[in-house]
Amino acid sequence: MTIQFNDESFRGDYTFRNSDWAIQRFPFPFHEDSYMYSVNMEQHRGGPKGSVYEQRFDVDEHYVSEMKDRALVLDQDPLRCQSLPHMTLAGWDLLELIMVSKSEDYPDLFELNRDGNRWRWVNKPLRIDHTFTFLDETTLPYGPMEYITRQAQGDFAILDQRDDMLWMDAGMVTTQADWSLDFDIGMNFFEWHAPVPKAHEMGIFVRALKFLLNIQQGAPARRLNWTMTVNPLLDTSPENYHKWGIQKTELTPENIGRKQHLRVELQTFFRLPRSNALVFPIRCYLCAFEDLMTVPKWGRRLHRVIRDLPDELATYKGFIDNRPLMLDYLSKFDDGLPTSLGIWPDRETEPPLQK
Amino acid sequence: MSKFDFPPSIRSRPIWSSLEARKGTAHLMIADAEGAEAILDIATPELMANSHIIHIPKGKSYSEHLSALNPAQLYEGPSYEAALPRIRRVLTDGHMGLQVYLAGTEGLMGQAMQEMMSAGIPHSAIQTEHHGSTARRMQCVHCKGITEDIETDPYQCSHCGLHLFVRDHYSRRLAAYQGVRVDAEDHGNIPEPKGIYE
Repeated sequence: MTIQFNDESFRGDYTFRNSDWAIQRFPFPFHEDSYMYSVNMEQHRGGPKGSVYEQRFDVDEHYVSEMKDRALVLDQDPLRCQSLPHMTLAGWDLLELIMVSKSEDYPDLFELNRDGNRWRWVNKPLRIDHTFTFLDETTLPYGPMEYITRQAQGDFAILDQRDDMLWMDAGMVTTQADWSLDFDIGMNFFEWHAPVPKAHEMGIFVRALKFLLNIQQGAPARRLNWTMTVNPLLDTSPENYHKWGIQKTELTPENIGRKQHLRVELQTFFRLPRSNALVFPIRCYLCAFEDLMTVPKWGRRLHRVIRDLPDELATYKGFIDNRPLMLDYLSKFDDGLPTSLGIWPDRETEPPLQK
Repeated sequence: MSKFDFPPSIRSRPIWSSLEARKGTAHLMIADAEGAEAILDIATPELMANSHIIHIPKGKSYSEHLSALNPAQLYEGPSYEAALPRIRRVLTDGHMGLQVYLAGTEGLMGQAMQEMMSAGIPHSAIQTEHHGSTARRMQCVHCKGITEDIETDPYQCSHCGLHLFVRDHYSRRLAAYQGVRVDAEDHGNIPEPKGIYE
């Protein structure tokens, strides 16, 4: 199908909306009625047709507007995109991976023609038609990582691998769940995860690191992560927290369905061929509570997950103060019926709300 | 008694240990204030014969004690910034086998370590020992300005004026802890500052 791109904003008047199509394919992150950390990795080799898992780099109706929002963030704060000097080759690796994947997966939107190192890249939604020399930075308007990630949804962290460790040595980070690339660049896997409560003690990061170090070329992996965001604000950065933090206090029983968003990250992991670095795309999907509640199974489940989440996690994810308000709202969509296993909406088989 | 037991913390927070004399062709020792005591503790005539000591007194002079060690070179500077060109000059002459010893406040050790790392010395090869003030070098995550010698939480950013809470999250690259607006979700509600370890 051809995607109709929305003209929408992720700030100010917040005109961001999900179509019915986008709600149906929203990556609901809870496969059962409770949540705790786990190393929930699986192979990233496609998925159900139309789902966010189907392609290597999902493109959806928000693509063009998200790229405009990214350009705005970078105008205001160029430090959101940084690459340590030894990471340029990994940037080229990433450029190749994205161009090849998108042109193969969305041939109606993207085209790549390669004649040796002379490449022609056509990005129809963003109206780009550009011929350049692969591995020659002087033929691009930005470094290779910045060039291609200004054209790809989601944040990108590029991790160098050395001494049996991953190092966050480059990234494009404008849609983050409250972490700073500028502060974390150069840190190792345990250091940049240091502020996460509980998971270190549970051995989560030791196991995750072991898994990630062994990811092979052509065998990418994926997992979902989630948090909560008031308003469809993509740029929930620590840099701007002094401006957006106050929005968390604007929830009321009347506006919560519209304003409160579940924020889900589809995290994928690809080995890069020349640099042996690992690229870690973190794609953000937002969905308003009232849209989630149109799926009866998700309504029942979200209430139970949020109700039973340990305080420590609700604090870390930044919604402990709003949890009572959320539960008042969500409880109306929980009739106590059992839910089917797995993340899919199961609209045909799950009963409608019984109250 | 100038040693302080830092409470256990998160994985990005640096852990300072104790200096020990190592075998090396040359020894670069950088310390501020009471950090001089860590050097006095490990000094031997053999070690001192190849040692270059850089000390920033910060009002606590140890010149008599340090010169009595007879180091190959001894420099006392008014500030870390003033000592920096000299440190860089020493590093351009540094060969394999150069041992680096840092002692004193976290701000001094962090900044000197940052300098060593940009000269290609891995942070894990650098010895450290904390002495003296437990004040922190803080970066405001909002305006990126760095404020030195912060002893209270929250503190006021000396650049943008926001009141920031003091995190344990630490960047070796910036040699600073992270400060984040304390009243972001309740403007004007700024808690009374307390000592960071109170």
